[in-house]
Amino acid sequence: MSGLPGILKGLVTTARTALRPTHTAEYPDVAPDLPPRSRGVIALLEENCTSCMLCARECPDWCIYIDSHKETIPATTEGGRERQRNVLDRFAIDFSLCMYCGICIEVCPFDALHWSPQFEYAEVDILDMLHEKDRLGGWMATVPPPPALDEKSAEPAEIAASNKPARGTGLVGAGGAATGGPGARMPRTVRPRPATARPQPEPETPEPETPEPEPPDAT
Amino acid sequence: MSLLEVVVRALSVLAAFLVLPLLVGQTEHKVMAHMQGRLGPMYAGGYHGWAQLVADGVKFVQKEDITPRAADRWVFRLAPAVALIPYLVALAAIPIAPGVAAIDVPGSVVLVLAATSVGALGTLMAGWASANKYALLGGLRAAAQLVSYELPIVLAIASMALAGGSLSLLTLTDRWSPWWMLWQLPGAVVFLVAAVAELQRPPFDMPVADAELVMGAWTEYSGLRFAFFLLAEYAGIVVMSLLFAALWLGGWHGPFEDTLGWLWTLLKGLVVAVVVIWVRVAWPRLREDQLQRLAWLWLVPLALLQLMLTGAGVVMGW
Repeated sequence: MSGLPGILKGLVTTARTALRPTHTAEYPDVAPDLPPRSRGVIALLEENCTSCMLCARECPDWCIYIDSHKETIPATTEGGRERQRNVLDRFAIDFSLCMYCGICIEVCPFDALHWSPQFEYAEVDILDMLHEKDRLGGWMATVPPPPALDEKSAEPAEIAASNKPARGTGLVGAGGAATGGPGARMPRTVRPRPATARPQPEPETPEPETPEPEPPDAT
Repeated sequence: MSLLEVVVRALSVLAAFLVLPLLVGQTEHKVMAHMQGRLGPMYAGGYHGWAQLVADGVKFVQKEDITPRAADRWVFRLAPAVALIPYLVALAAIPIAPGVAAIDVPGSVVLVLAATSVGALGTLMAGWASANKYALLGGLRAAAQLVSYELPIVLAIASMALAGGSLSLLTLTDRWSPWWMLWQLPGAVVFLVAAVAELQRPPFDMPVADAELVMGAWTEYSGLRFAFFLLAEYAGIVVMSLLFAALWLGGWHGPFEDTLGWLWTLLKGLVVAVVVIWVRVAWPRLREDQLQRLAWLWLVPLALLQLMLTGAGVVMGW
């Protein structure tokens, strides 16, 4: 019979699969192993929110509701100016409309919105999918720390800015290098100049103290 | 035989008839799941879903028992019983331990063969009475299949009867010797293939091919009557497996056969049942013409050859 090898192969394959561990994910009993940056739900860090409304305006299906009012803060010094700030009254996301595009999180200038991998918030009634700021804030606890940077990637802008030496301290023997801080630099190479361009007054004279204009840090 | 003994024997057969098919069904759930990289039922009953089929039974009881308006009412309602009861009769004649079978009749081989053939009539009745084209096609396919595969089964068992010189299953199993496993090997293969086909199990499930015929002759059934058809299928596996174990694998023959004979019979039957399940998982369904080709061009000649071999062996006194 010409089909015999195939027939036996079928038996061998099924038997071998039966002897191997199964691939079943026992979800309700065993928590799933979610990939990093999973988009489960959007969490709100209320302290960071300035009620700027950027997220609500960028939302493609208008599922973010924000109410706020202004409060006047009295001047702290005599004769100073009073200041105003926004106070968030209501922040709600309707997850029956949300399509998990993440634009609100992208546009938030103050990192008030975060992706949380939490996904078990199904409701019986679709009207119960509108979640207010206390519920959104509760999900902040499940937001994972941001993933580590890739190897050899540029350092974050904040760290680069804090590491940048103060203006005028980048020279050889100057305070920045002497303190051995994180911004210590190698001595700058003095490029020999052609004699015809500018005659040197004396060879022993060190370089004038005025530094060449530095190229901006390419961070 | 006293009345009490009759009652005890009948009740024990009934208990086996209700328990063993469920055992095979649960084995099928689990074995098939693991062969497909799944876990199978895990919740019903708590421990690895052992009570899944009990839960299924409760579900079937709750469902509405529908008879189509155009159906041949009495035939339609009778068909599940006709499919189920013959396997109960056949199971009663299967030898379990040395000298022990629920009914010990001289021609129990003939009884078992006749009973299992009647079971197929239930499928035909269901297909005809349903007034449904899929059911009718399924019933006709079943009839064609059973006509084709009865013959190899009868020839293979006739070879065993010839070898043992008896028509009683108890006598045949008693006279079994390990040498028969080689001598009767072609007949064993023929019987196993034909038995799977007779049970309409994959890869011979053309009568219930769900891609073509919905559920074949069972299309219009629901509730308990549908469950009876399913039970009949698994009871058929039990009967055929135990029959194969008793005739070709020596039934109760094994260590401590006087006390543990029944265990050997059941274990050998379970092994055969697992093979039937394994074949279902591994192989795709045959086409209708391939089915007939296999029966008439391969199984029947092979069974006749086995019969000749057995006859030669008996005459020459092997």
